[in-house]
Amino acid sequence: MEPRLVLAVSAVLFTLGVLGVLLRRGAITILMSVELMLNAANLAFIAFSRQAGTAEGQIYVFFVMTLAAAEAAVGLAIVIALFRLKGTTDVDEVSLLKW
Amino acid sequence: MTVSDLVFDVIVSLVKIGAVIAVLFTVVSIMTWVERRLSGLIQFRWGPNRVGPLGLFQPIADGVKFLMKEEIVPAEAHKPAYVLAPAMALVPALCAFAVIPFGPTVEAFGRKVPFAIVDIDGGILFAFAASSLGVFAIITAGWASRNKYALMGGLRSSAQMISYELALALSVIGVLLVSGTLRPMAIVERQAGWFWNWNAFAGGWQILGFLVFMIAGFAETNRAPFDLPEAESELVAGYHTEYSSMKFAMFFMSEYINMTTSAAMAVTLFLGGWQLGFPVPFSGWPLWALQVAAFWAKVGALLLFFVWVRWTLPRFRYDHLMNLGWKGLFPLSLANVMLTAVLAALGWVRR
Amino acid sequence: MEAIAFYVLAVLAVASAIVVIVHRNPVMSALALAVNLVTIAGFYLVLRAQFVALLQVIVYAGAILVLIVFVIMLLNLREELKARSPGTFQKWLGPILALVFAVVLGRAMLAHAAPSFPAPVPGFGTAAALGIDLFSRFYYPFEVVSLLLVVAMVGAVLLAKRRL
Repeated sequence: MEPRLVLAVSAVLFTLGVLGVLLRRGAITILMSVELMLNAANLAFIAFSRQAGTAEGQIYVFFVMTLAAAEAAVGLAIVIALFRLKGTTDVDEVSLLKW
Repeated sequence: MTVSDLVFDVIVSLVKIGAVIAVLFTVVSIMTWVERRLSGLIQFRWGPNRVGPLGLFQPIADGVKFLMKEEIVPAEAHKPAYVLAPAMALVPALCAFAVIPFGPTVEAFGRKVPFAIVDIDGGILFAFAASSLGVFAIITAGWASRNKYALMGGLRSSAQMISYELALALSVIGVLLVSGTLRPMAIVERQAGWFWNWNAFAGGWQILGFLVFMIAGFAETNRAPFDLPEAESELVAGYHTEYSSMKFAMFFMSEYINMTTSAAMAVTLFLGGWQLGFPVPFSGWPLWALQVAAFWAKVGALLLFFVWVRWTLPRFRYDHLMNLGWKGLFPLSLANVMLTAVLAALGWVRR
Repeated sequence: MEAIAFYVLAVLAVASAIVVIVHRNPVMSALALAVNLVTIAGFYLVLRAQFVALLQVIVYAGAILVLIVFVIMLLNLREELKARSPGTFQKWLGPILALVFAVVLGRAMLAHAAPSFPAPVPGFGTAAALGIDLFSRFYYPFEVVSLLLVVAMVGAVLLAKRRL
């Protein structure tokens, strides 16, 4: 196991998350893909932290986790509000601000 | 580390894992008997008394019955998730016990052997991590069954577990503040001497934390007055309505194992773990044998308390449950953290 | 030993991530995401960041994912089962863009990769080491993050509540 391999896994996971956001239309699946991306970034942080032998990378991961929790809470609240308004979570249906 | 060290470690670990699993399943089978006998006593009736002396062999009869029953998978169920759910309940329940020390660190064959499957730095967090995974089993079971009652049970339990996990985790922070470590073994070692040195008493003044921990523990294990996920009068049997045979037995066992784990956690954190609570004039193996016995005696006492509470208090209504969790226990545990921090800053807590 | 664990985790992580983005059923996606999050925690353990690994399981698997699953069941999402497949434009351009992105990202990260990991520093990844840094050098960011959590909580309640 070397840093390159860990970073490669991280890049693959991040790309899969990007694909999920680009291809899926369900709001919740998109949120889950965003979580995938955040996790991939965290993995890279930890890999670099291990490589440098310092704690900074881990502390960034700690902050990213808090952010992810906040993002999930607000994101899911928006999904619920959206579902009440439109009866669906399909993001293509949300075109009120588009003309 | 030499090869002989490695072999020794592997053998010792396997022995410890085997012993803990054997003890846990024995405790579960005894508890099913105790639960029904005690409920009989409380409700002024007999309880099981036909199989063996005092009905003691009832758990064996139950086990045989569970094995012989027909496995039913509902036609509409999501099969992979439906089959996976019972295992998802049992595995985290067993995992959480891995970090709990049930005896001191002893010298054996010239090496130090702790009486815990693993003795790691973040042990308390590990137990929380394992127990927080248990909720997925309940959600999955409820959803995969394609049954309204099961789904409602799953939903209720996930809401309940998220809400009470907060209070549970915060009530432990007081103990961590006075102990200054996340290692369960170190937390127990700090509570040595007379029983008033235990964390719940003068060892840490954590009596409030202990109270919150116990109440939240009842809710986390879906028991006693908080067994709403399986409230039989409204939800038939909640998330395991559609389960039969050994699959049901696995849910049943995981409930009792979770109960044992949370009792063991309470003992470790607040009631001195394997400490006897009084000084004895001897040492060596008689001492540590007594200490292991003391640990299990304390766990047994708390388990009896669990059963007692279950058959004494009526079930909460759902909004009452949420009110108690968010407006009662959560602020209380926060207050406990503040109080402990002030006590520690003033130097009134024994370090 | 570590290498074997790493390869097993890598296969599991990528496979579960694919299930997350491909599966039609949001509940199955969420369960696959749970597997993915736990394997990420496994990576952290292999990289000796034990405290962060435990946090990962508690925060992500224990809290965030339960919230997601809860919302999926609350809304009883069936539409995504029969959701329209992505349009042709989306279907072709999406993967190409993702691939380009992967190449750029991979190059950027691999440029900074050392040939091998150094021997672990004693105390690396423990709660004590992390806590000391968090509450000294990163004290102000920590406080700001706590403020962020409060704001998020208020926002979530405000958005999701039917009537205030």
